Amino acid sequence: MSVGNQPTRGSDDVTRSIEVGHDREGRPVKKRRRFRRRVGHIPWISIGIVLVVLILPALLADLITVHDPLRGTLGDRLAPPFWMEDGSWTYPLGTDKQGRDILTRIIYGARISLTVSGLTILIGAVIGTSLGLLAGYFGGWIDRIVSWLIDTFLSLPHVLLALVIVAAIGPSFVTIVAIIAVTIWASFARQVRGETLSVRESEYVARARVAGAPSARILLRHVLPNIANTLIVLATLQVGVVILEESSLSFIGAGIPRPNPSWGVMVADGRDQILISWWISFFPGLAILLVVLSLNLVGDWLRDFLDPKLRQRGRD
Amino acid sequence: MALPVSPTQGSVSPVLEVSDLRTYLYTRWGTTKAVDGVSFSLDPGETLGIVGESGSGKSMLALSLVRLTPEPAGRIEGGQVILNGRDLLSLPEKQMRAVRGTEISMVLQDPQQSLNPVFSIGNQLGEAIRVHDSDAGKDEVYARSVAALKSVQVPAPERRLRNFPHHMSGGMKQRIVGAMAMAYQPQVLIADEPTTALDVTIQAQYLRLLKDLQQRTGVGIIIITHDFGVIAETCDRVAVMYAGRFVEQASVSDIFDHPKHPYTKALLDSRPKTGAKGERLSSIEGQPPSLADLPDGCRFATRCEYAMDRCSLEYPDLVAIGGHSVACWRSEEVLWETS
Amino acid sequence: MGDLLMSAEKLSKHFPVSAGQYGGKTIGHVKAVDGVSFAIEKGKTLALVGESGCGKTTTARMILRLWTPTAGNVTLEGRNIHDLKGADLKWFRSAVQAVFQDPWASLSPRMRVRDIVAEPLVVNQKVDRHEVRERVGATLEQVGMQPWHGDLFPHEFSGGQRQRVALASALITQPRLLVLDEPVSALDVSVQAQVMNLLKDLQSELGTAFLLISHDLATVRYVADQVAVMYMGRVVETGSVDQIFENPQHPYTKGLFASALPDHPRNRRPELEILGEMPSPLDPPSGCQFRTRCPSVMTICEQVPDSIEIEPGHSVACHLYAGKAI
Repeated sequence: MSVGNQPTRGSDDVTRSIEVGHDREGRPVKKRRRFRRRVGHIPWISIGIVLVVLILPALLADLITVHDPLRGTLGDRLAPPFWMEDGSWTYPLGTDKQGRDILTRIIYGARISLTVSGLTILIGAVIGTSLGLLAGYFGGWIDRIVSWLIDTFLSLPHVLLALVIVAAIGPSFVTIVAIIAVTIWASFARQVRGETLSVRESEYVARARVAGAPSARILLRHVLPNIANTLIVLATLQVGVVILEESSLSFIGAGIPRPNPSWGVMVADGRDQILISWWISFFPGLAILLVVLSLNLVGDWLRDFLDPKLRQRGRD
Repeated sequence: MALPVSPTQGSVSPVLEVSDLRTYLYTRWGTTKAVDGVSFSLDPGETLGIVGESGSGKSMLALSLVRLTPEPAGRIEGGQVILNGRDLLSLPEKQMRAVRGTEISMVLQDPQQSLNPVFSIGNQLGEAIRVHDSDAGKDEVYARSVAALKSVQVPAPERRLRNFPHHMSGGMKQRIVGAMAMAYQPQVLIADEPTTALDVTIQAQYLRLLKDLQQRTGVGIIIITHDFGVIAETCDRVAVMYAGRFVEQASVSDIFDHPKHPYTKALLDSRPKTGAKGERLSSIEGQPPSLADLPDGCRFATRCEYAMDRCSLEYPDLVAIGGHSVACWRSEEVLWETS
Repeated sequence: MGDLLMSAEKLSKHFPVSAGQYGGKTIGHVKAVDGVSFAIEKGKTLALVGESGCGKTTTARMILRLWTPTAGNVTLEGRNIHDLKGADLKWFRSAVQAVFQDPWASLSPRMRVRDIVAEPLVVNQKVDRHEVRERVGATLEQVGMQPWHGDLFPHEFSGGQRQRVALASALITQPRLLVLDEPVSALDVSVQAQVMNLLKDLQSELGTAFLLISHDLATVRYVADQVAVMYMGRVVETGSVDQIFENPQHPYTKGLFASALPDHPRNRRPELEILGEMPSPLDPPSGCQFRTRCPSVMTICEQVPDSIEIEPGHSVACHLYAGKAI
C-alpha cells in the first residue's frame, strides 16, 4: 500500500498500519472490508434471544398480547401448554392458578425485568463509576473511604439486607430498584477504581499532566474513554445479575409486589404446583436462564470486540 | 573471541541444518508469511546472528525451530529443521518435547517473564531437570541444580535455590534462565533478543557468560537481535532478515566491512557513528511491506535507492558471491565503495 | 557560556519505604535522587545518562512538575517552578513539554491525533477553534506528517509515526524546553535515525533546549551538548559531550563506556573489566556509592566525595581527583 502524496519534509513512514485507501485528493477513505473483518464473530443467537425474549416483548407488550396479565379466567385455571392433552393455542404456554396466560405474563414480566435492570444499572454505574474514578485517581483518604465502602457493600448479604429493608418500609418498585442499585454500585466502583489506578500511571496521562490538563479534564477525556470498554462489558454482564437478583427477591416475597408479573414472582407462584402444573414455574424460569446466559455471552463477545489491542495491528 | 575465520568450517558437519523453512500465521486479517523460505546451517561452537527489524519474522523463525509457534494461528508450512540427523518438523510432539531443552534450547527476551514469580528458583530449576529425567531422585536434582547455577557463575548457589525471582536483579534472573536452558548441555541454544531488557553493564556480563558457556560445552548459538552491537560483540556469522526472508548471509567481518545487500548497508549506515557528531544520520525511507500483502518482486525494492525495474517484478534468488550469499539483482555490481 | 534556561539545585527525591502492604510504618527512605544540580542553556541539549534505577527518570519527572522534590529547587528563566500558580503555571506548562519513551503507551488510544496534538494548546492558551486547527496542521507538517493525519486514531500509525505525533503535541506550544525520556529506544534502528535527525533539525530551527534521558550512549553522543552521568541518585561526572566521551574520568563513567557494545567486530574487548551489579537502593553503601563496584577503591571512599572541576566545565565526584582541581 502506498500513500499518494508525500509529506512536506522529513521521511515518510506512513503506510503499513493505515487501513485506508485514498480518494482523488489523497484524503483517506476507510475501507469497508475492515469493518466486516472486525464483526466476524457476533453471537447472533444470543443477541436474538435477548431481543426476542427480553427487549421486543418489553417494548411491544400491549400490541402482541391478547390476554390481561393481571386478571385471569378462573374457568381456564391450570391449563397445560398447547402440545399437551387439554392444552390449546388460546394459552400456548398454559395458565396459572388464577387462569392467567403464562406467555402474556412472561411478556409483561420482561418489561419489569428490563425497567428494573436498566434503572438499577444506570444508578449503580453512575455512582460506582464516579466514586471509582475519584478513588483511583486521587488516592489518599478518598480512596480509603471508598475502598472501605466497596468492601463493606460487597460483603453484606444482599438478600438479608433486602428483607430487612422491605420489612421496614414495605415492598415497592422504588424500594427494589434502590436495594439492587445499592448492591451493584460496588462492583462498578471496584472495577473502575482498579482500571483507573492503572490508567493513571500510563504515559498518556503523564503526557496530559505535562500538557497542563486539569484533573477533571484528565478524568473525563483520558481516563473515562479508556475504561469505557470495561464499563460497557460490566453493565451487560450486570443485567443478568440484576434480573437474577430481582427474581430471587421476588421469589422470597421481597420484590415487586403482586400481582405484577415479575419473572421471579411467577417462579415463586408455581412452587407448590411444581409436580403437577410444572409449566407455571418452568417457562418464566427458562426465560431467566436464556436471557442471563445470552447476556453473558454477549458481554464476553463485547469484551473481545472492544479490546483495543485487537485493533493495534501496527505493532507486530 | 578471535575474529571469525571459522576454524571448524569444512571439517565438521553442521549440528543444525534448516532448509526452506516456511511459517505462516493465519489470522482474521489474512495470511501473514512470517517466515517465507529460510535456509541456513549452524556448526558446533559457532554463533550465528540473525538481525532484522520488528516485523521481519525473526522471532517467529526462532519459535519455528523449536516448534513453539503460537497456536492455532501459526503453522509451519514446509521445510526441514535437521538436528542430529532427524527432521524436527516430522517428529511426533511427544518426541519433540524430549528434544526441547536437551538437544535444542531457547532463552527468551525478558527474564522477568520467563520465571514464575510464585515458585522458588530451586523449584523451577528442578522442574526443568525432572521434565527430562522423571526418575531423578531428590538429591540428584539438587546436585544438578547447584551445578547448573555454578556453570553460570551464580555466587552461593545453595542459597539462591531457596530464593524467589523477586529477590533477584535482572542480570541474575537472566543467568538463571540461562542455567535452565543449559541444564542438559544442548547442542543448539537460541537466544531471542537476549539483552534488550538489560542495562549496558549487565548486557556485557551476560554476553560474556554466553561465550564462556560456548567455549566449555561447544554449543552452537543462534542470536536473534535488532542490535548490531550484540552482533559485533558475539557472532561469527550473520544473516540479515527482511520481510520473512534472508537477504544476506556472510561472516561478521564481511557484513560489517563489505555489505552486499542495499538493506544491510542501509541498516549499518543508520547507526550513529562514534566520532561523527552533528552529521545527519542516513535513514531508510518508508516502512517494510506488510507480511500479509507481499509484493512479487524484491521486498526491499520500494525503499531501495538502487532499485531497477526488474526489482519490483521478480524476486532475486540467493546467490553466492565472495563468501556472501545475497538476494539482490545487482549483487555483482559495485554499488558503493566499501572501506 | 550561553544563556541559562533552567537550573536544578541540590534536587532530591526520597521515597518512603513502608513495612507491609497496607501502609504500615515507614522503615526508611529510598533516595531516588539525592542532591542533583545541573543547568541547561537555551537551545542546547543536556543528557542525563545512567543505568536503570540511577534516578534519571525521577529527575525528569520533577522537572516536569509531575513529582514534588523532597528538597532543592528548579528554576526556569529565574522562577522557581514548584512555586508557580494560576497564570504562571500555564506559562510553565506551555514552556516545558515532554516526549516519553513508548510511543505505544504515550498516546491515548481513544483520542484522535488532532485532539492529542492540540491538547497542550487548548488547556493553556485562549485560542479559537480555527487557529487550533491551523496550528495542529502546521505542527504535524513540522514533524514530517500531513494535516489529514489528524483525523486518524493513534493505532493507525507505526511506532515512528506515533513518536512524531507525540513530538508534534509537545511542540505545539513552542516550548523552550523539551524533556525527552528515552525518545528512540522503543523504535527500530532505521526509524531511530529518522527521529534523531528530526530532533536535531527541530532544535536548530526552533531553538528548543532538550533534556535528554537515555541509557543509549550512541544516542547521547549524537544529540547532546552537555552530559551528566548519574549513579544511584547522584551526579558522578558532568561535562561537555566531548569531554565525557573523549576523556571520561570517573571510574563509573569509564566502566559504563567500556561496557557499551562495540560498533564493529574488530573492536571486541576480550579483556573487558566487568562491573558488578548495582547494590540495593534500600541499603546503599556509605560514602561514595560506587565503591562496592569500583576497581580503584581506597579507604577514603567511605566518605562522600566532593565534586571537583578538573578542567573548565568538566567535574568529577571522585576521591582520585582530590587536589587536582583547576
